[in-house]
Amino acid sequence: MRFRIFRYDPDRDEKPRMQDYDVRLDPHDRMLLDALVRVKEQDDTLSLRRSCREGVCGSDAMNINGKNGLACITKLADLKEPVELRPLPGLPVIRDLIVDMSQFFKQYHSIKPYLVNDDPPPEKERLQSPREREELDGLYECILCACCSTACPSFWWNPDKFVGPAGLLQAYRFIADSRDQATAERLDNLEDPYRLFRCHSIMNCVDACPKHLNPTRAIGKIKELLVKRAV
Amino acid sequence: MALARRSFDAVVVGAGGAGLRAALQLSESGLSVAVLSKVFPTRSHTVAAQGGIGAALGNMGEDSWLWHMYDTIKGSDWLGDQDAIEFMCREAPKLVYELEHFGMPFDRNENGTVYQRPFGGHSQNFGERPVQRSCCAADRTGHAMLHTLYQRNVRARTQFFVEWMALDLIRDSGGQALGVTALEMETGEVMILHARATLFATGGAGRIFWSTTNAFINTGDGLGMAARAGIPLEDMEFWQFHPTGVAGAGVLITEGVRGEGGYLLNKSGERFMERYAPNLKDLASRDVVSRAMATEIKDGRGAGPHGDYLLLKLDHLGPEVIDKRLPGIREISKKFANIDPVKDPIPVVPTVHYMMGGIPANYLGEVVVPQGGSPEAVVPGFYAAGECACASVHGANRLGTNSLTDLLVFGKAAAESVIKFLKENPGRKDLPKDAAERTLARLARLDNQKNGESVAEVATDARRTMQAHCGVFRFPDTLVEGVKKIRGIADRASRTQIKDKSRVFNTARVEALELDNLIEVARASMVSAEARKESRGAHDRSDHHQRDDVNWLKHTLWYKDGDRLEYKPVHMKPLTARTIEPKVRTY
Repeated sequence: MRFRIFRYDPDRDEKPRMQDYDVRLDPHDRMLLDALVRVKEQDDTLSLRRSCREGVCGSDAMNINGKNGLACITKLADLKEPVELRPLPGLPVIRDLIVDMSQFFKQYHSIKPYLVNDDPPPEKERLQSPREREELDGLYECILCACCSTACPSFWWNPDKFVGPAGLLQAYRFIADSRDQATAERLDNLEDPYRLFRCHSIMNCVDACPKHLNPTRAIGKIKELLVKRAV
Repeated sequence: MALARRSFDAVVVGAGGAGLRAALQLSESGLSVAVLSKVFPTRSHTVAAQGGIGAALGNMGEDSWLWHMYDTIKGSDWLGDQDAIEFMCREAPKLVYELEHFGMPFDRNENGTVYQRPFGGHSQNFGERPVQRSCCAADRTGHAMLHTLYQRNVRARTQFFVEWMALDLIRDSGGQALGVTALEMETGEVMILHARATLFATGGAGRIFWSTTNAFINTGDGLGMAARAGIPLEDMEFWQFHPTGVAGAGVLITEGVRGEGGYLLNKSGERFMERYAPNLKDLASRDVVSRAMATEIKDGRGAGPHGDYLLLKLDHLGPEVIDKRLPGIREISKKFANIDPVKDPIPVVPTVHYMMGGIPANYLGEVVVPQGGSPEAVVPGFYAAGECACASVHGANRLGTNSLTDLLVFGKAAAESVIKFLKENPGRKDLPKDAAERTLARLARLDNQKNGESVAEVATDARRTMQAHCGVFRFPDTLVEGVKKIRGIADRASRTQIKDKSRVFNTARVEALELDNLIEVARASMVSAEARKESRGAHDRSDHHQRDDVNWLKHTLWYKDGDRLEYKPVHMKPLTARTIEPKVRTY
């Protein structure tokens, strides 16, 4: 199978290049990551991140034939050859398929991604009804792979000011939690022309999410809450 | 060469469940802490745990920590230390409530309490009937737990060193642990992290086998570092084969599927577990189910064109239950088995999943080694928690859900031991002159190696050897041959060569350094397995079919130096409860 892979090692290369690989696959190889492991057996200088190989750790996000996705759950059979692989767009490249995710995590941290509840904890669990718990479905499952934020033009242009779809999805995850008491502060934190309102509902994030989550809907709900609060 | 150095009160190596729970305790106590991780914390392998956390909350019916303790001891085939097991089962409910207070999105019952599901080997009233003890968030419990713990660490402003790989443990001439050497992957820089206390939470090493549910990063780094620093490894012959890995892919299918009512079938559609475990059937403990499956396959009753897998049926649960309780399983089955479990059974096969052995530790998370006549002298300044440690709560076979319990309980306990040690020992000991010598020698060897084999080639042979010689069923002659082979491969591993010489994010170098660790784990496992002449828990020998409590009710200790073995007694006395006396183990 044929691949064209983005290569750049700042230690050796003046500028990035695309390198072609022809890989003989094993009959068991079914995902893109399996093929990349073969490539690395041939050429150990190719660098990429990977870990769980089942789509839950979020390490191996990359741009695959023009679309962001996880290599470990992208089926080889669905890919057009040569398969063109590039690092996630919009973030600085450290080397080959590895990008610097500092800005992405900085935005995630900026939404205070933890439960705030100042009541003294009860002896047992805080109670939450199944209906209240259902509000978190489609939110808590995010794996922080950055496929969404790096598919978002608003994030490309203002990565330092716009929280981005991943961060906003998590902001809403805590707003939606019946146990959280910081909704007002969370809304204050987002009421800003850039942090939230750079989202123009382009919906690339929804298309890119390998976990089928919907950041645009979560962002819409935050906007609704802000409108409600204003009236 | 003088290396850059930084000093901390404590260094935690690993940021999975145990590392993050420990880090939280240390950060909140105001100590200066460095948490090193090869990957961004939420990418640690705890993220892949599915089925739940074992704790006797009693939300679904009567339960008690004493029953949980009994089940864990029986599950361990009596090799587990009963003091550590009592400690874990008593602490578990408290730590689950605490995790809920941290924001963990547990599934809920109508009355608002945490939902609990049945799991293998967990019972009411000392084995009488199954109990619902597994606290879960759908089939993504590990993901929910790891993210919750990371989030809590963000709140506590824990200092992370992300994509730093610890390379060697530093000990002084008295044996005290004084930190680690570590590689910053992005820059290629090697540094000394000088610490007053060092806590390993480096996870498992399932990647020494060909077919495993484990992530690529599970390479036994903590065990390799400990072994090179002269610390023995305990009970390394005990490897858990999870009954349900996706055939051909190895990806985990949670035991929660059987907890929610799924069951296994052979090629004739027979529910064969009824023959092997008449009482608990598909919810017998994992070693029992995996052996039953391997027997079915061996005797020609496997399904599929080659008769090499079995079928996990769950369509009768209905799409509603599957989508609510097991959504991740449906996703994995579609992707990795090309079937939709709402309609068709999942092809599954026993797959290496968990390392019961590890760095010898006590229930306080202190690392303990034989010294000066004591089988368990504390190594000053050195702590271990989670899968890399052997406390030993899992003995010869771990019960499902007890791994996450272990991470929480011993992550916290080890951190509390660190805090106490630092209070009682206020000074900072100097680093020995040769602190980085071993690390620098390893790196120089790798940089200068000529005419060596590739890392992938040697690692492949090691994995194939472990799979063929140290599997579900073990045979005396293949074990003896396995020891010879793995020693040969270890020799080759010391001459691997990499083409990539870049400083920047050199993953070839990382994989070569990981192989150094994998190979120690493989040697320890094979040598310990060859020596243990009985069958207990996950260790099943064709020439010694029975458990032998007269000669083998003892822990193995393997030393890297000369593949030497020693043994130490099992703690049969719980902290407060009465001893659970060994008896025949049936489910």
